[in-house]
Amino acid sequence: MTQLIDIFASIGLWSAVLRIATPLILGTLGALLCERSGVLNLGIEGIMTFGAMIGWLSVYHGADLWTGLLIAAIAGGLFGVLHSFLTVTLGLSQHVSGLGVTLFASSFSYYVFRMVVPVANTPPTIVPFQPLDIPVLSSLPFFGPAFFTQTAPTYLAIIIALLLAYIIFRTPMGLAIRMTGENPHAAEAQGVNPMVIRYGAVIAGSALMGAGGAFLTLAAFDSFFPTMMQGRGWICIALVVFASWRPGRALFGALLFAFFEAFQLRMQTMLGGAVPYQLFLMTPYILSIVALALMARRARVPQALMQPYRRGER
Amino acid sequence: MTLPVLQIEGVSKRFGNNLANDDISLTLAKGEIIALLGENGAGKTTLMSILFGHYTPDAGRIVVDGTELPPGKPRAAIRAGVGMVHQHFSLAPNLTVLENVMTGTESLWAVKSQTGAARRKLLSISERFGLRIDPDKRLGDLSVGEQQRVEILKSLYNDARILILDEPTAVLTNIEAERLFTVLKDMARQGLSLIFISHKLDEVMAAADRIVVLRRGKTVAERRASDSSKAELAELMVGRQVERPVREPSTPGALALAARDITVWVNGVARLKSISFALREGEILGIVGVSGNGQAVLGQMLFGTCARTSGTLELFGKPVADLTVPDVVDAGIGRIPEDRNHEGAIGEMAIWENAVLERISSPAFSKNGLVNRNAGMAFARRIIEEFDVRGGTPQTRARLLSGGNLQKLILGRNLLQNPRILIAAQPTRGLDEGAVAAVHARLLAARKEGAAVLLISEDLDEVIRLADRIQAIVGGLLSPPVEAADADARKLGLMMAGEWREVEDAV
Repeated sequence: MTQLIDIFASIGLWSAVLRIATPLILGTLGALLCERSGVLNLGIEGIMTFGAMIGWLSVYHGADLWTGLLIAAIAGGLFGVLHSFLTVTLGLSQHVSGLGVTLFASSFSYYVFRMVVPVANTPPTIVPFQPLDIPVLSSLPFFGPAFFTQTAPTYLAIIIALLLAYIIFRTPMGLAIRMTGENPHAAEAQGVNPMVIRYGAVIAGSALMGAGGAFLTLAAFDSFFPTMMQGRGWICIALVVFASWRPGRALFGALLFAFFEAFQLRMQTMLGGAVPYQLFLMTPYILSIVALALMARRARVPQALMQPYRRGER
Repeated sequence: MTLPVLQIEGVSKRFGNNLANDDISLTLAKGEIIALLGENGAGKTTLMSILFGHYTPDAGRIVVDGTELPPGKPRAAIRAGVGMVHQHFSLAPNLTVLENVMTGTESLWAVKSQTGAARRKLLSISERFGLRIDPDKRLGDLSVGEQQRVEILKSLYNDARILILDEPTAVLTNIEAERLFTVLKDMARQGLSLIFISHKLDEVMAAADRIVVLRRGKTVAERRASDSSKAELAELMVGRQVERPVREPSTPGALALAARDITVWVNGVARLKSISFALREGEILGIVGVSGNGQAVLGQMLFGTCARTSGTLELFGKPVADLTVPDVVDAGIGRIPEDRNHEGAIGEMAIWENAVLERISSPAFSKNGLVNRNAGMAFARRIIEEFDVRGGTPQTRARLLSGGNLQKLILGRNLLQNPRILIAAQPTRGLDEGAVAAVHARLLAARKEGAAVLLISEDLDEVIRLADRIQAIVGGLLSPPVEAADADARKLGLMMAGEWREVEDAV
């Protein structure tokens, strides 16, 4: 019991939560933006992998860290163009197209990586983002090191979450996106072009996914390996449902999942000998299924999600 | 005459082999209400979709206030002051009324929505035209009539001066429809110009100043409402004289269906309260009532999709326990459900599949677990031929049939099985004159063959014309039956208002 209290009182747990949460926050917001416009983007797992790879590779070849992050976002956006073309222009099944994008982007990441970086026992590394000192806040006892010694992209992710909440609920653009996700025919009848809105939302959302992936290689770790995404993209897809398509709740959901993850890592070290560690590895996923089951029943799904829009057809 | 606010000049539109609009011209004056009258498929909706920019015409032009509209641009139509209220609403149930109205009205790049100003504008419009609404309610929580109000407000909010309504009363109850026309007339008095599409003669005569009749894509006539008659309009619309079939006398046979003290609770509300009725072979029993008074539940209970809470039900003298759908089908009860698009057919499946679906496990259509496709197709072809289903082959998806033809398909698949009991719920709702006559003829033919027909309807004329006996349903209660010979609209009106005791005293 005292050990448990020790875990909760440890600075390491709380600072890990924010670090683990960052790629999830960005990925979830990206998926959420796509879905609000009515497009499910299962390309997320591959897009995040590609973002992680291309961001890292850019920096490895001399770009600075922010440029690397930007390149990852642009690359994500390009996959967004591909997914939009397949699902919006051609009106193909969003599931199939998304899974196709994931398979393609993942394999392509590995291909590009191997083209440039030869096989080695220890993968090459870069110098990642360093924790940012915020005046006053970072020097607070306990709270300072626990919450305010993060890298800059983490703060950026939180700001983007708040910004996206504002855009979706308080601006005409957000309303147009929501209307497109609920009823593209109505949007069209009101003079909003659903095709343009969907393209825009999917491209912007995919860019967020790319940036989320890049956080892993540019801030959380310092190297890239092809299997590093470990289903984070799928967790994001689940978190969107958990969040009931609201950015604020998406932020909360990502933090909650990250908390489970950080907590189970420490439980592993605490009870490592007595209990097989795989059991702890499972807990965040089990808890997220439970949370999803509880929350998703009240969720309001965008009514036109996964429905291709064709002009003049009802 | 002052300059017309709207001119449609020589508009034509072709879909494949079908010439939907053939050189149509029309003018609309300020403060005028025009009714566009025509059967389903006459090209009314196509014409209005061209006017609103949903379709690009093959020929012709649209002029609003002397300026030609660019074809195929809804946004230009909105800006020119044209508003459209679709039959199937263009609304998002998960958004609020205000959000639905505001979409697309502001620049997409504005950093903040001006919700306060928008709310004030919406409320002032709703005040001015007597269209009361709560702007912050979720749209999906509103009734159909209120949702239509939101559709109209949406157009007015965009400063529409020309309002197009596509079959506005198709989804409304009679009372809601009356209220709507009061509002529309008030709008015309305030200087708006309106066009409404309809195939209902009564409302066209009552609400329009001028009536334009379309048939097979052409304007066949234009009349002032004051100079025309229902009979003339009906003939113009259909292209020949429509004679609704009349009932011949018959002698009812044995008792087919007897319901005693049936009560049904749905979600904690008693929807049917101890109702009793008896249905005999070779007769039509009409159940009239304003929709929402329990007739939907009555239909579902007899279709086997809704269990009764108490009461007894006898089929041909034998009491039955809980009715399931297979029981109903096996007992030879034919069903015409109220919502033909959702309960009556599966839109994405072929006509032949829809024709055989409910009897798919019978030996006629399957063997050893395999569907006998040929038998199904042959059955569908028989329906198409004998029931004059137009617009498709057995392989056509049911969704592509018009309402009247879909109803003929549903009638056909039931009547070709020679049902001993036929339950028809709102069988002619939303159908045009020709299709109504066809459905009526079929119901009367079934009666003649000795079937027991239960006709649930809110159309008084229909019930008086077809039924032998009539009962009214009000708030889940059923009146005692009256003979059709003794019934007239006034008496049935009283019964539908729940005052059947007075009617009985008067008899």
